[in-house]
Amino acid sequence: MIHAFRFQDLNVLLDVESGAIHTLDDAAFAVVQALESGKDAYSIGVKNETVAEVIADLNELRENGAYEAEAGNAPEVTGGTAIKSMCLHVAHDCNLRCRYCFASTGDFHGARMLMTPETGRRALDFLIQRSGTRKHLEVDLFGGEPLMNWDVCKQLVAYGRELERKHGKVIHFTITTNCVALDDEKIDFINREMHNVVISLDGRKEVHDALRPTVNGKGSFDIILRNAQKLVATRGDREYYIRGTFTRNNLDFLEDVKALTGYGFHQISIEPVVLPEESPYSLKEEHLLRIDREYDALAEYYVNARKGRDTWFNYFHFMFDPEGGPCLRKRINGCGAGTEYIAVTPDGDLYPCHQFVGMSEWKLGNLDSPDLRTDLQKSFLGCNVCTKEICRNCWAKYYCSGGCMANAVLYGGALEHPHEISCHLMRKRTECAIGAYVKER
Amino acid sequence: MKHVQIIQKPCIKSGNHTACGECQASCQSACKTSCTVANQKCAKEEK
Repeated sequence: MIHAFRFQDLNVLLDVESGAIHTLDDAAFAVVQALESGKDAYSIGVKNETVAEVIADLNELRENGAYEAEAGNAPEVTGGTAIKSMCLHVAHDCNLRCRYCFASTGDFHGARMLMTPETGRRALDFLIQRSGTRKHLEVDLFGGEPLMNWDVCKQLVAYGRELERKHGKVIHFTITTNCVALDDEKIDFINREMHNVVISLDGRKEVHDALRPTVNGKGSFDIILRNAQKLVATRGDREYYIRGTFTRNNLDFLEDVKALTGYGFHQISIEPVVLPEESPYSLKEEHLLRIDREYDALAEYYVNARKGRDTWFNYFHFMFDPEGGPCLRKRINGCGAGTEYIAVTPDGDLYPCHQFVGMSEWKLGNLDSPDLRTDLQKSFLGCNVCTKEICRNCWAKYYCSGGCMANAVLYGGALEHPHEISCHLMRKRTECAIGAYVKER
Repeated sequence: MKHVQIIQKPCIKSGNHTACGECQASCQSACKTSCTVANQKCAKEEK
């Protein structure tokens, strides 16, 4: 399978199974498109001699496994179904009332509550017990807003460090926060202990404040920006992301990326909101062309900005490193929800991931009971880009890895039915990522 | 080749030396909603 597409002034050819990337001149692009659509390449208005040259070039690529390559065999992962990654819901409460929040402003459609240290320690014990031979584990301190349960966050990091020493593991702690409750003591701790920090900030003040009020109904932009800038300024080279959301209200989200770079941030991730169609903020099919154009404009801005030392920034979905990218097994299996990845609620319930929390039919178990629902785990294990028909035939399958399982259930109707709007956006972002990579070569 | 420029040789790694499972879960990296693996790193070399 191949995918040929235009990116700015380039004709780009991706060979799906091998990951090889080529650029084509206009004649070759026309010939490839003709061949893909089953047309006679000698009848498309390109000189016969040129068509023959292009076909010779394609044959040479084919002989080198870089054009219409066969699918490789993905080995089973070492360690079986070990759990390596945990989303720890230390707070089912939040100090913001974001109008697009998937977690029902932090309570996940249940009671507002905080995780106790005991539950948190049992969760970490569970992770260690279930991690098998995996050395590197991940724990994301999540909510709601995790800073609302700060003492427990610190206790759990300390306990995690004990477990590392005792069991020979390495735990990468991360935190996903809105920064509202951040202060100097928390910044010091986060910068010392957190492998990555995900900061939620949407971009322009008016965009952010329109949808992200505090509990008292005031805008949260000013305090978040001030605290986030302080955290990032003292973070050195350690990882962070400014993670924003765009809705139908700001389809011109390039302006939000520009705003974020203007605030001094260099690691940016602006994500499309995923909501029921009837939501006043949801993205619908009628918005897709507009969003495509915005991604094109963002890609152009991104490529140009990265030429300058002072203007350089990273955009999460345009990051693309083919040589250092994941192996085929990872590309096929994706996020690992329900198998490698698990979410733990304040009352110890276990879910396939944070997005499934509160959906009782998807509850895997509880820390009180040692056994997880193996029927659900089998469903997740058996759901990948090779088994899902819509993914199997998609050129972007090894870059998307099948998409978000929870979005599939919530908006696609079943685990096996990816959310179509998300698929469209993923394909567009992948084209931009590959195109930007080619431009930077 | 006259009409094609190779930008990236075949790079999707498969075989027995892969699938160590030590890499970061994609949803833990930054997105938390729109997972991707294109921007993930293989952890085998660096760890």
